[in-house]
Amino acid sequence: MSHLERTISALQERFPHGVLGKAEFRGDITLQIDSASLVAVCRYLRDEPALGYNVLVDIGAVDYSPQEPRFALFYIVYALVQNTRLRLKVLLPGAEPVAPSISGIWPSANWPEREAFDMMGIGFEGHPDLRRILMPADWEGHPHRKDYPLGYEEVQFTFNKREIDARKKYATS
Amino acid sequence: MSQVRELETTVEELKHLFSPRAATGETMLLNLGPQHPSTHGVLRLLLELDGEEVVSCIPDVGFLHTGIEKNMEAKTFLKALVMTDRMDYLNNMGNNLTYCLAIEKLCAIEVPERAQVLRVICAELQRIASHLVWLGTSAIDLNASSILIYCFRDRERIMDLFELIGGQRMMTSYIRPGGVWRDVPAEFPAAVESFLDYLPGKLDDYERLLDKNPIYLARTIDIGIVDGDEALAWGMTGPALRGSGVNFDVRRAMPYSGYENFEFEVPLETGCDVYARYRVRMREFRESIKIIRQGLRLLKPGPFITSDRKFAPPPRAELGRSMEAVIHHFKYWTDGFPAPDGEVYAATESPRGELGCLLAGDGGPNPRRVHFRTPSFNTLQVLSWLSRGYLVADLVAIIGSIDIVLGDVDR
Amino acid sequence: MGAEQKLGNMGVVTTSLETVVNWGRAGAIWPMLFGLACCAMEMIATQAGTYDASRFGMELMRASPRQADLMIVAGRVTRKMAPVLRRLYDQMPDPKWVISMGDCASCSGVFNNYALVQGVDEVVPVDVYIAGCPPRPEALIDGFLKLHEKVRGEKLARWA
Ligand code: SF4
Repeated sequence: MSHLERTISALQERFPHGVLGKAEFRGDITLQIDSASLVAVCRYLRDEPALGYNVLVDIGAVDYSPQEPRFALFYIVYALVQNTRLRLKVLLPGAEPVAPSISGIWPSANWPEREAFDMMGIGFEGHPDLRRILMPADWEGHPHRKDYPLGYEEVQFTFNKREIDARKKYATS
Repeated sequence: MSQVRELETTVEELKHLFSPRAATGETMLLNLGPQHPSTHGVLRLLLELDGEEVVSCIPDVGFLHTGIEKNMEAKTFLKALVMTDRMDYLNNMGNNLTYCLAIEKLCAIEVPERAQVLRVICAELQRIASHLVWLGTSAIDLNASSILIYCFRDRERIMDLFELIGGQRMMTSYIRPGGVWRDVPAEFPAAVESFLDYLPGKLDDYERLLDKNPIYLARTIDIGIVDGDEALAWGMTGPALRGSGVNFDVRRAMPYSGYENFEFEVPLETGCDVYARYRVRMREFRESIKIIRQGLRLLKPGPFITSDRKFAPPPRAELGRSMEAVIHHFKYWTDGFPAPDGEVYAATESPRGELGCLLAGDGGPNPRRVHFRTPSFNTLQVLSWLSRGYLVADLVAIIGSIDIVLGDVDR
Repeated sequence: MGAEQKLGNMGVVTTSLETVVNWGRAGAIWPMLFGLACCAMEMIATQAGTYDASRFGMELMRASPRQADLMIVAGRVTRKMAPVLRRLYDQMPDPKWVISMGDCASCSGVFNNYALVQGVDEVVPVDVYIAGCPPRPEALIDGFLKLHEKVRGEKLARWA
């Protein structure tokens, strides 16, 4: 039995209500976790000596709109000694998406959570310093959401030449 | 628009980041960057200083946030490739490779043997180029200015090699889903060989210049100490982690692109300081040279891109003869290819650490979401506590030693 | 009298004030060390040994805007960076010039999106645009020469 299988059965045994499902895609196993038990699951993964997941590799947020639940957070955790990776998935609703912060367990979650907050507008309860990280502090909206416009540059034609020249006031000299 | 909480940042909110002494004026708040030569780009640091000593340091990133991840969603899988080059601009080929590995995993594309070896050669050349830039810029921060000129001279030779295979110096987009763009020209192996013969002697020179330089040693040894467990908990990867004695290298732990067929050592140092991280990188140069030499030996004639017409364009010669090829060609460049609905994660070892790509398809030709786990972003977090208690001059050495690229941090 | 002795038998050169000043300015333009993104790598490569921008009177990259008279906007300018860029420009003493290096600085290149200023000419006046992603060092040098041409042609009325 590989370490990954051992981990999964240990988790399923220990958190019968916390582990909501298991999916396999292209050889990677993703466990769906209830957001209420995320912190407990993570703490168990890190602190149980037999499991030893001591590294949080990444937190990635995905927007599935118009599906509901709309957001998913992917946590990739890694056990260095056993060289095993596990992916956790937490689904969040479109209105008021809030997940518990795991920066108390792996401090490296600090910035990725801030990024998810900034870009996707997902809140993290218990985060020590939840501010915007990439966008300016006074930015409106969360750019990586599907309903946020990408934004583009208008092409200058004869009909709108003046208008664009007025905006780019330094372009013509 | 925000459903989570009010977004205005006030001084009150930032107060917890500084010590209470800042409010009384006992310590000084200083802004470093975003335009500062030693921050290696547009990094801004808010420093609280007690005299010359750093009490707290708050990195402020995002000055180079380009919206690459969002922009990629608006393009087909194939056309989004050009954006990855421009992300971590010292590891262009490596970014291509990471993204292509993710696509290949998502769509289950087979990559021919020759392409895999070529990818390894390119990735390692890129690692050498990146480490050269790192060596030059981090040494000039510590006032060893001649190194920069030497390193850029050597980097030019790698740029010439890339130009030979990709037609561009930096943004080659040479690695494509399913293989590489086109076969390397016949002169390529000999050109690489001659570069590999040239480099080791130069590296010895640079090592002599720095290792025997008392100023360099005094400014690097016992500066910026981070032990292995801390480094892991804070998500450090790459040479910065290996300088703390943790044996983690994605090439070894989760081999990709045929790295399991190569013999190389993962350099480890236990000094945990700036100097140890410098030693690791200097040894990595030599390992990369070893890998490339093996790669040149493993390079056998054969196809360089998958023959599945859904994922690779037909060769030019076929276009004149076969109607089917024309249709494939047209479909490939206009519609792209659909990818299944699902998420994959692929990782490579970039010169700075683990570079991962979380790629989600939605059944159509555009990605639903591309998210990059970038090494610099995770590593930069440590700066907030790592610099505590050191002098401002040491802070510069520490920034240099963790080797961040702001394009990689902000994307 | 001193001048005559020093000049020896070189004779006398007559020229206009305009030409002399412009010649002096064009021959010693100091760029600001201001790299934003990938293009900055090529800017450093231009400055380094192989391409050697000091041949064009640019031996020194000054990190302080107060000591520079050329701003090379090397890379993409984000909305977060734009106010900083403008402030740096305002801090530079006159006369000052701006080179917009690369597609991103000129028109935001392949990134047509929310995060970037779509062309740095929304923020500062640009003298020379250089195409390329990134422009080769040769292209940047060509940009320098174009700028020299422009500086040499400047009219007294403009700077007096
Ligand atoms: S023009 Fe190209 S090389 Fe220059 S900053 Fe933009 S993306 Fe980078």
